[in-house]
Amino acid sequence: MTRPTDLKIQPKILLASDLAEGDVVFLGSEGWERDSSRAKIAYDDAEAAALDAKGKADVAANRVVDAYLVEVEVSEAGEPTPLHFRERFRAVGPSVRRDLGKQAWLQRSGDGR
Amino acid sequence: MTAHDPALPPRPNAAPTIYAYDDYDRAFVRERVAEFRGQVERRLAGALTEDEFRPFRLMNGLYLQLHAYMLRVAIPYGSLTSRQMRQLAYIADKWDQGYGHFTTRQNLQFNWPKLVDVPDMLEALADVDMHAIQTSGNCIRNVTADHFSGVAADEIEDPRPTAEFLRQWSSAHAEFSFLPRKFKIAVSGAEHDRAAIKIHDIGLRIVKSAAGAIGYEVIIGGGLGRTPFVGKLLREFLPRADLLAYLEAILRVYNRFGRRDNKYKARIKILVHETGLDEIRSQVEAEFAAMDRAPFAYDAQEFARVVAAFSPPPYEAPPARSEAFEKAKTENAEFAAFAAVNVAPHKISGYAIVTVSLKPIGGIPGDAASGQMRALADAADKYGFGELRVSHEQNIILPHVKQDDLFALWRDLEAVGLATANAGLISDIISCPGLDYCALATARSIPIAQAISQRFADLEQQRLIGKLGIKISGCINACGHHHVGAIGILGLEKKGVESYQITLGGDPTLEASIGELLGPGVSAEEVPDVIESLVQFYLAERRDGEAFIDTWRRLGHKRFKESARREGEDGSGI
Repeated sequence: MTRPTDLKIQPKILLASDLAEGDVVFLGSEGWERDSSRAKIAYDDAEAAALDAKGKADVAANRVVDAYLVEVEVSEAGEPTPLHFRERFRAVGPSVRRDLGKQAWLQRSGDGR
Repeated sequence: MTAHDPALPPRPNAAPTIYAYDDYDRAFVRERVAEFRGQVERRLAGALTEDEFRPFRLMNGLYLQLHAYMLRVAIPYGSLTSRQMRQLAYIADKWDQGYGHFTTRQNLQFNWPKLVDVPDMLEALADVDMHAIQTSGNCIRNVTADHFSGVAADEIEDPRPTAEFLRQWSSAHAEFSFLPRKFKIAVSGAEHDRAAIKIHDIGLRIVKSAAGAIGYEVIIGGGLGRTPFVGKLLREFLPRADLLAYLEAILRVYNRFGRRDNKYKARIKILVHETGLDEIRSQVEAEFAAMDRAPFAYDAQEFARVVAAFSPPPYEAPPARSEAFEKAKTENAEFAAFAAVNVAPHKISGYAIVTVSLKPIGGIPGDAASGQMRALADAADKYGFGELRVSHEQNIILPHVKQDDLFALWRDLEAVGLATANAGLISDIISCPGLDYCALATARSIPIAQAISQRFADLEQQRLIGKLGIKISGCINACGHHHVGAIGILGLEKKGVESYQITLGGDPTLEASIGELLGPGVSAEEVPDVIESLVQFYLAERRDGEAFIDTWRRLGHKRFKESARREGEDGSGI
């Protein structure tokens, strides 16, 4: 969905940990994604509730662990960045090892930011 | 299945200087691996929910952190063999990201395991008599000890046999597997405390009575975290024969009366504080008097067997003064600096204890790459009877190095970036993983340690400053021991940004003290400036031979607090 001009809430995305690998995953339009830029963004309470419900269902179905909504800011290009520094680190990897975590994986896959 | 490193030749698991598992230990660990493998399979198949699985994984040292699972491996009393170190390197390469993180509890953490691989990792650990059992959960955790055990010049008795007795007693202890909260025991056998026994739930100090009998001074209720306490003296002299029964009595009292209504008030330190030391002592003594002590009766023969397992290595008889060592020092200033800072006296003439710093300037405290781990194992084999230690300061110790070999060892260490001459100095910083890895953290720790290390990068300046312990925690749980740092730093969140509280005057030794707050928190960028201002004040005010903590004690906290304000740009935020 494109970014609305009049935001009713702070936009949100849903993140969790992948059960088998422990990697941080983001709920996207087609399922759980490893790249936060592919996360589905909720722009109102109903969309956020839908994300949350899907997260709870997938936790119950043992697909992911610890799913929760986080507030994000959305760039002009439509990419979400968590507002809180904790989730910003979760979205990329450890700040002291840029060669590890998502930041390295994104770099290697030529999709670096 | 087994997961042997095919590059490793078959050979005995343990060096002759370290206690080796017997068949009972091996069978127990293998059974636990098999059990956990089944639990992981059931979890992945959806037969177990996370709520059901969490207690099982925690019992096996497996956490779920910010970016991945984390496996915490027990290194009993910080002792390990070269073969075990190589296996840790192998595991790091095969199933993790090629490095390990040595912790303040003498353990090792792998930060990137996949759940599906963990059973194989545990199997590989079992191949070298290692495991991750009781490195998490509300149980008696891995027993820690002086990292100079058995070799320190100031030692009364090697604490490792006692620690091994406690390992056997506490492993899978059914009654104490679900305590109100985790329980940590540390043992020291020397005049100086290098095991921080006064900040543990129980600290044991081996002492000798006036009659010459060996026993234990028992300290209880120490701990850091949200409510820090220095441990209190419960028993001045506990005969060795009563050790296990008396500890059993302490744990029973704690298990019965420790609070379970509030996890922040559940540690024994709170029970001791709220109940009063005298009352706790009465309860422990009453339990000790009433209990059936037969199951915990001291077995002198068994103790002798364990002592024998820690027998000294086949030392040679080198001259007390090594001409090669002295010559190398005069010819190489960097080596001389290393020798002055990282080499400690050994109880055997002609030998030395070497601290290998895992704190390179600007590096991540406690991290070792797999190649470095192998180099350490090689160095242990080449120069130190195949034995290594992990210190709670997150360094590696080579406990038996001939002085004649020190220069060659230093060259080998230098080749792999492990020759930083900063043991005990300002850049030898204890730091928890913080918000770069830990799900509980409220702020990052490692970048703060790196920034301070870089600010004081000049090793000559560090030697001029002298002994100074900086300890950093990324949350109030205090895994980085910030409360007992001469300079302590606690990372918190304040209005959505990382903020750092600084404390002064903490001390983890027998003169233990909890640091006092310098003032409101400062930003990450400001921390090195504040530390530098404090150090400058100390250098201007110290008297001959005074360490930072001594000057702080003499002048008082207020003077340092004022200096930090005065030395800052405008005092704001300090």
